[in-house]
Amino acid sequence: MANKAYQRIYTQLESITKATVSLKATGVANDELATVDGRLAQVVKTKGDMVTLQIFSGTEGIPTDAQVTFLGHPPVLKVSDELSGRFFNAYGEPIDGGPEIEGEERQIGGPSVNPYKRRQPSQLIPTGIAGIDLNNTIVSGQKIPFFADPDQPYNNVMAQVALRADVDKIILGGMGLSNDDYLYFRHEFEAAGALGKIISFVNTTEEPPVERLLIPDMALTAAEYFAVDRNEKVLVLLTDMTLYADALSIVSNRMDQIPSKDSMPGSLYSDLAKIYEKAVQLPDGGSITIIAVTTLNDGDITHAIPDNTGYITEGQLYLRADPDSGKVIIDPFRSLSRLKQLVIGKQTREDHNQVMNTAVRLYSDAQNAKTKLENGFDLSDYDLRCLDFAKEYATRLLAIDVNISIDEMLDTAWELFGKYFTKAETGIRQALIDKYWPTDK
Amino acid sequence: MKSTGKVTGIVSNLVTVLTDGPVSQNEICYIDCGGTRLMAEVIKVNGRNAAVQVFESTRGLKNGDPVEFEDRMLEVTLGPGLLSSCYDGLQNDLTTMTGVFLKRGEYTEPLDRSKLWDFTPIAGPGDKVVAADWLGEVKEGWLPHKIMVPFSFKGEYTVKSIVPAGQYNIDRTIAVLTDESGEDVDVTMTQKWPVKVAIKAYREKPRPSRIMETGVRVIDTLNPIAEGGTGFIPGPFGCGKTVLQHAIAKQGDAEVIVMAACGERANEVVEIFTEFPELIDPHTGRHLMERTTIICNTSNMPVAAREASVYTAMTICEYYRAMGLKVLLLADSTSRWAQALREMSNRMEELPGADAFPVDLSAIISNFYARAGMVVLNNGKTGSVTFIGTVSPAGGNLKEPVTESTKKAARCFYALEQNRADKKRYPAVNPIDSYSKYLEYPEIDEYLSEKVAPGWVGMVEKTKNIIRKGREAQEQINILGDDGVPMTYHEQFWKSELVDFIILQQDAFDPVDSVTPMDRQEYMLRLVLGICDRNFDFDDFEQCRKFFNEAINLLRQMNYSEFRSADFNSYQEQLNNLISNGK
Repeated sequence: MANKAYQRIYTQLESITKATVSLKATGVANDELATVDGRLAQVVKTKGDMVTLQIFSGTEGIPTDAQVTFLGHPPVLKVSDELSGRFFNAYGEPIDGGPEIEGEERQIGGPSVNPYKRRQPSQLIPTGIAGIDLNNTIVSGQKIPFFADPDQPYNNVMAQVALRADVDKIILGGMGLSNDDYLYFRHEFEAAGALGKIISFVNTTEEPPVERLLIPDMALTAAEYFAVDRNEKVLVLLTDMTLYADALSIVSNRMDQIPSKDSMPGSLYSDLAKIYEKAVQLPDGGSITIIAVTTLNDGDITHAIPDNTGYITEGQLYLRADPDSGKVIIDPFRSLSRLKQLVIGKQTREDHNQVMNTAVRLYSDAQNAKTKLENGFDLSDYDLRCLDFAKEYATRLLAIDVNISIDEMLDTAWELFGKYFTKAETGIRQALIDKYWPTDK
Repeated sequence: MKSTGKVTGIVSNLVTVLTDGPVSQNEICYIDCGGTRLMAEVIKVNGRNAAVQVFESTRGLKNGDPVEFEDRMLEVTLGPGLLSSCYDGLQNDLTTMTGVFLKRGEYTEPLDRSKLWDFTPIAGPGDKVVAADWLGEVKEGWLPHKIMVPFSFKGEYTVKSIVPAGQYNIDRTIAVLTDESGEDVDVTMTQKWPVKVAIKAYREKPRPSRIMETGVRVIDTLNPIAEGGTGFIPGPFGCGKTVLQHAIAKQGDAEVIVMAACGERANEVVEIFTEFPELIDPHTGRHLMERTTIICNTSNMPVAAREASVYTAMTICEYYRAMGLKVLLLADSTSRWAQALREMSNRMEELPGADAFPVDLSAIISNFYARAGMVVLNNGKTGSVTFIGTVSPAGGNLKEPVTESTKKAARCFYALEQNRADKKRYPAVNPIDSYSKYLEYPEIDEYLSEKVAPGWVGMVEKTKNIIRKGREAQEQINILGDDGVPMTYHEQFWKSELVDFIILQQDAFDPVDSVTPMDRQEYMLRLVLGICDRNFDFDDFEQCRKFFNEAINLLRQMNYSEFRSADFNSYQEQLNNLISNGK
C-alpha cells in the first residue's frame, strides 16, 4: 500500500456485534476501509473518537484485542481491459486462479451522471425471446428486473438473454448465488465461447451475506469503465437483488436503525435507486443496461423489495408457469417495458405495435373465456377459438425457450390471427391487414 | 461574525458539528472535506452540538474537519432567466456543469450574470413602494417579467431614482429606494429568498374561484382543479402517473410551469429535456420549454437535496405569482421527499411515527400545500400557484402515512387504479373514489355555470351517478350471469361503459384526443348524456351490446377527429342515424 507509512494500528475494540465492531481511533475518514484481524471492514459511523466498522465477512471469532489497520481509502476496483473474461469475489480479487489485475484504482459507488448529460435511450436490444422482444422490448440504457418466484428458471433466462444480446461487454453481479448456479453461469459462458466479453463478480451462498453489499458497486464500476472510458455497450446482470436487500436489512438491524415496512431499512428506495440509476445512455455512445432479478415471496409484489424496485426500474418482466402450454412464459399482462415505445415501429416493423396489442387483447379474451368456463357458463364459438389461440400463442411466442427474430415473431402472430380469427375480430388497421394478413387461408 | 465549528460525528449524511458560536435552525454551512466544500443544513441543535444534513456524499469526511456557518438559510436566487432552466434541488444550473458525472462540491450560478435584458421602468421617482411592488419589467421569452421591490424589504420606501429603459444585466442597480429613516438602498434585477419561508408579500389570499383547464377530460369535466388549487395523484407503479403528469404539464392553462422531479427516474427527466423543446404550448403557440423550469433531483442524487428541491420549486412559483402570473407546480413524487425526511429522522434517532415516518410528517405536508393558492397583489391584480403532487404509495396501498397526510391537505384527489391500468383504460383515474372539493364551492359552481353551461355541476353529478349505477349493474351481471338479470341492468351497465370510453378514457398520445378544450368537453358530455337519458327497449342483451358498441365506436372516432370538422360531423350524423334507427 502506498500510504503504509501513515497507517496506524489499533488493538483495543470497545464493542462487538454480529456485523460491526467499535473502537477508539482518530483521523478516520467516513467510508474508509480497514482490516480487523485481516478481515476487510468499512467505517460506517464516527462519534467523537469512537469509530464503528462494518466487517463484511462477519465478526465470528474476532477478539477484543484484534489488530485494526486503517487503509486510508474507500473500497476500490482496479479497472483496465484486463478485467475481460475474469471472475472476481466481492472485493474484486480474482477467484479463477488467474493473475491480479493491473490498472487504475477507482473508488466504487462513485457519483451519478448529470441528468442533463444523459441521452434518451434509443437502441433496441434483441434477445430472441418473443415475450421480451415482441411485448416488452428492451432498450439500451434501460433498467428492468425479472420478478420471479424462487422456483423459476430466472438465472437460465438471464444467461440466455445475456448471450444473445448484441452488446460489447456483459458483467455479472451474482449475490448469494448457489455454487451450482455460479458453475452454471460459468459453464454457459464458456460453452458459448463468450468468456472474452464477460466479467463476473460473484458472492455465493457459502460466503458471508454482508459481502454482497459490495457486488453491485463493483460490477457497476467495471461497467462505467467500459461504457464511459471505452464507449462500449455494457449489459449488467444482477441476481438476486432480493438477497442484496436482505443484506441491507441485516446491517441496518445491527446498527439499531428503526425498520420501516417489511423490516427493511427506511433508505431501501434510495439504496436500490443508487444501483439501478447507473443504467444510462451516455452522450458518446456508451451505455449501461441493467437486467436484474428480484425473487418474490409467493408472487407478492406489495412486499417492500419488489414494490420499491417497481418504482425505480423501467418496467418489470414476470415469469409464470403456464398450465395450458406446460411452459414457463413471460406474463404479457403484468410485464411492462416502459421504454419500448422508443423503439417499437421505429427500429422494428410498422405493424409491431398493433400486432402486439391485438395479440395481448385476444389472449386476455381467452382468460375471460376461461373464467366463464370455470363459473359454469356456456362458451361461444369465439370463446373457444380464443382458448385455442391462447395455447398456441403461449407455446410459440410467450414461452421463454423461443429464439427467433422480431420479424419472425410478427409473422407468427399474423399466422395465428389468420388461423383463429376473422379480420374484423382483430380490429387491426386496414392498411396493415391488406399488407400482412396471411394469404394462404 | 460567522460561527465556525469542527466535525465530531458522521453517520452517512448526518454530521454532528461542535460549534464555537451561535447557529440557527436551518442555517447553511460548508464543511471542508479535503479541499472540497460540502454544503449542509442545520437540522437540530443541542448545546454546542449542531446536527447538520449534508447535501452531498460524506465519503472521506473526517472528525475534526473544519465547518463554516453562513448566517443564512437555504436560499434561491430569483431574477430573469429562471425559465427554461434546469436546476438541481439546490438551484445549481445543471446545464453549465462540466463533465458527465456530477462532481461533489461543484456549485454553479443559477442565473446568467452577463446576459442583457430589455428593461422598461414601471415606477417613477417619488413613488411610494413596499415589498413586491413592481418597479419595472423585462421580457423573458414572451412573458412580462416584473422586477419587484425585494420581498425582504420591510416598511414603505420611496423611489429615489430608477434607470431609463435600456439593456442591463441582472447585477446592475436599476433603482435606488429610500427607506423611512432616509437611508438609500440599491435594487438590482435579482434577489434572494429562503426557500422554507413562504413569500407573503400580497394583499390577501381569497378562495379560488376559477377553474384551471388541463385538457384532460377526467379532470376538467369530472373533478376540475381550481386555479390556485391543490391536488394529488396517488397510484401504484405502472398506472400512468408520469404520463398523466406530463400531459398536465404540456396542456395546463398556466403561464409558467415548474416541474420538480423529486427522487424519480432520471430517464423521465431526459424525456422532458428531449420532448419539451420540440413541443408547442396549445394556449400560446410558443415552445413549451420557454415557460418551463425544471428542478431535478433524481433518485440517485443526494437524498437531503430532495427535500430542498420541492421548496426551491415552490419558491420560484411564488416569485412568478407575485408578477400576477398563473403558475402551475408539478412535483413527482412527494413520497420520495417524505422518505428523505424519514431517513434523516431515523439517523437522528427520533421516535418514529407510523411506518417509521417522522411524527410531524402530516404538518410538514399541509404547510407545503398551503403555500399554493390564488392571491390578490398589492396593486389589485391576481396571481396563482396551482399545485399537483404525485404520491407513490408503498404496495399501492392508499392507507399509508404519506397518502393519508396528503389527503388532509389537498383539495383534489385523483386516485389511479391498478385495475383500470391493467385493462388499459387510461388515464386510469378511478371516477368514483376521486374527488374535487372545488365542485362544492358556490363560487366555482357559479363560474362553471357561466363559463361552461348553466347547471354544469348538476350534469357532472349526474354523470358520476351513471358510472356508479353501471358498476352496481356489472356486479349483478357477474354474479347472476347475462341471462339472470333484467334487461335494464344491461342497459345501465352499457351506459356507464359509454361514459367510460368517451369521457373518461383519453389517448394521451393522439394529437387530437390528448387535448380537449372545455367547449368540446361540454359538447361531448351533452351528447353522451343525451344517449344515457333515453330509455331503450332492447329485445335482448346481444342487441344492447351491439348498439352500444357501435355508438362507442362512432363517438370514439369523433374524439379522434378535429372538433366540428367534416369527419367529425359525418360521424355525428351516423350516430344520429344509429340512435333513431337503433331503438
